[in-house]
Amino acid sequence: MNRQAQAVILFLVGVAVLRAGFTDLYLRYVKAGLQPLLLLAGVVLIAAAAATLWYGRRRPRTAGGDEPEPHEGHEGGHVHREPRVSWLLVLPLVALILVAPPALGSYSAMRAGTALQEAPWGYPKLPAGDPLRLELADYAGRAVYDHGRSLGDRHVKLTGFLALDEHGTAYLVRMTLNCCAADAQPVKVGLSGELPPVLRPDTWLEVTGTYTGKQVKDPVNDGVIPFLKATEARPVKAPRDPYDESLNG
Amino acid sequence: MTVTKAAPPRADRHDADEQQSRQHNSPLALIMLLLLVVALQGPLRGALAAPVMQSWMTVFVAVVVQALPFLVLGVLLSAALAVFVPPSFFARALPKKPALAVPVAGMAGAVLPGCECASVPVAGALVRRGVTPAAALAFLLSAPAINPIVLTATAVAFPGDPEMVLARFVASLLVACAMGWLWHRLGRSDWLRPPARPATEGPGKGAAFWGSVRHDVMHAGGFLVVGAMAAATLKAVVPEHWLRSAADNPVMAVLALAILAVVLSICSEADAFVAASLSQFSLTARLAFLVVGPMIDLKLFAMQAGTFGRGFALRFAPATLVLAVLVSVLVGAVLL
Repeated sequence: MNRQAQAVILFLVGVAVLRAGFTDLYLRYVKAGLQPLLLLAGVVLIAAAAATLWYGRRRPRTAGGDEPEPHEGHEGGHVHREPRVSWLLVLPLVALILVAPPALGSYSAMRAGTALQEAPWGYPKLPAGDPLRLELADYAGRAVYDHGRSLGDRHVKLTGFLALDEHGTAYLVRMTLNCCAADAQPVKVGLSGELPPVLRPDTWLEVTGTYTGKQVKDPVNDGVIPFLKATEARPVKAPRDPYDESLNG
Repeated sequence: MTVTKAAPPRADRHDADEQQSRQHNSPLALIMLLLLVVALQGPLRGALAAPVMQSWMTVFVAVVVQALPFLVLGVLLSAALAVFVPPSFFARALPKKPALAVPVAGMAGAVLPGCECASVPVAGALVRRGVTPAAALAFLLSAPAINPIVLTATAVAFPGDPEMVLARFVASLLVACAMGWLWHRLGRSDWLRPPARPATEGPGKGAAFWGSVRHDVMHAGGFLVVGAMAAATLKAVVPEHWLRSAADNPVMAVLALAILAVVLSICSEADAFVAASLSQFSLTARLAFLVVGPMIDLKLFAMQAGTFGRGFALRFAPATLVLAVLVSVLVGAVLL
């Protein structure tokens, strides 16, 4: 790959990263806190592309010549492998610009064990409000580790996407994320009570319901999955950030 | 005799010709490739609609997007080292004796705040600047594991076990120094391919700086893509319940998490949270996960092979893995 082609790839990758960083696209893949670094990386890549073209344009005048790649010529067998591997940078480019894969959904969620962890600071009293909007992981933590004491018979509203296991049991799931989607882990809450007749995995639902003592064990990792007795479930738009990043502190 | 002597030059010339033509055509080839992909967008999306492919793509893109800013930072730093810092600086800053330079370089890793993608190009620049490879390798291994950001993340992820932070620091530093000394004793310089370099990039520091940035991004970026593909494949294909059966046996638990760290290729700023969630495993096994991950994983292996040569990576990576597991077990036995 010669310098012009490298400049084109650098430029396109830079633009793709900037576009992902300025829209909410990047939230499908990485944590929100990475945005400034992403934008910076995009700018640097575009600058590197511009500099490559700029110095490439000047070089024929100053350094007289048809010496295309000082380091990629005839020094040894391994050397021309290195520009070849650069072609692979086209792959994330295509994936990011043309395909833009969705955030992880029910397929990944049901293959991984529930990642519920006890909150280190305990479970304070719930604020007022009925029904009360709660993070799904907060509800699950209160249901499992606090045995629902702080929940009582309050109505709570949880948002998550739907996943079904092989027996057809419905779970409301939110993926928690620490850095990027490669480390995303699901927190699952089983749904009982009144549910819509047709359940399609990966649809986002806002479920209103009350605490129930029912629990099951996640077959994947033996983690505890609490249940919510649903009284109402309505489809909602996917949230801006599909992942729950509350663990980031 | 004459045949064998005559053959290689001809092959070389052929290679050079072929390469020459490929070089001239690469912008054209790139345009054709991009046009083809755009034209085939519809069928491509259809083929990628299966859930397993979607989750593969998401993890693949996530690993690349997450690592790219850190790679760019590391590349900028390495270009700055290569262009603006004179070689004599490192000669003065590091002790003359390699055996002493190794721990100093290992401790210096504590000041590079980033994850492992940044440390590979920086270590490459250090070697090119005449730093003894043993010290540069100690830096390469320690920097992603013992910097303040990573240690803070570890403390946050293990609120109930503050000794985990100390254990991670001690074990990572020990492995980094041990690998540096091992390289000093046993390493041969011909295993280490001196990183190729656009040394005569025309006049001016600007040209040299941006030439270094372009070269490193294209090069390490390509290997990052290889590593991301491997990590995404394993993440999307290997079922998690294989792990559960390993957790009950203490030896298997350590080995399983060490291999998991290699396979998952998680950024070292995030691996503590993943380790914390693997609560069915012992603390020592999770320490092994935290020590192995920043030092050797699929993505890093690909990037090391790209920067220092495949012959180097094939020897260095297994030795690092074995040593990291052993030291984690020892430190875990003492501290945890």
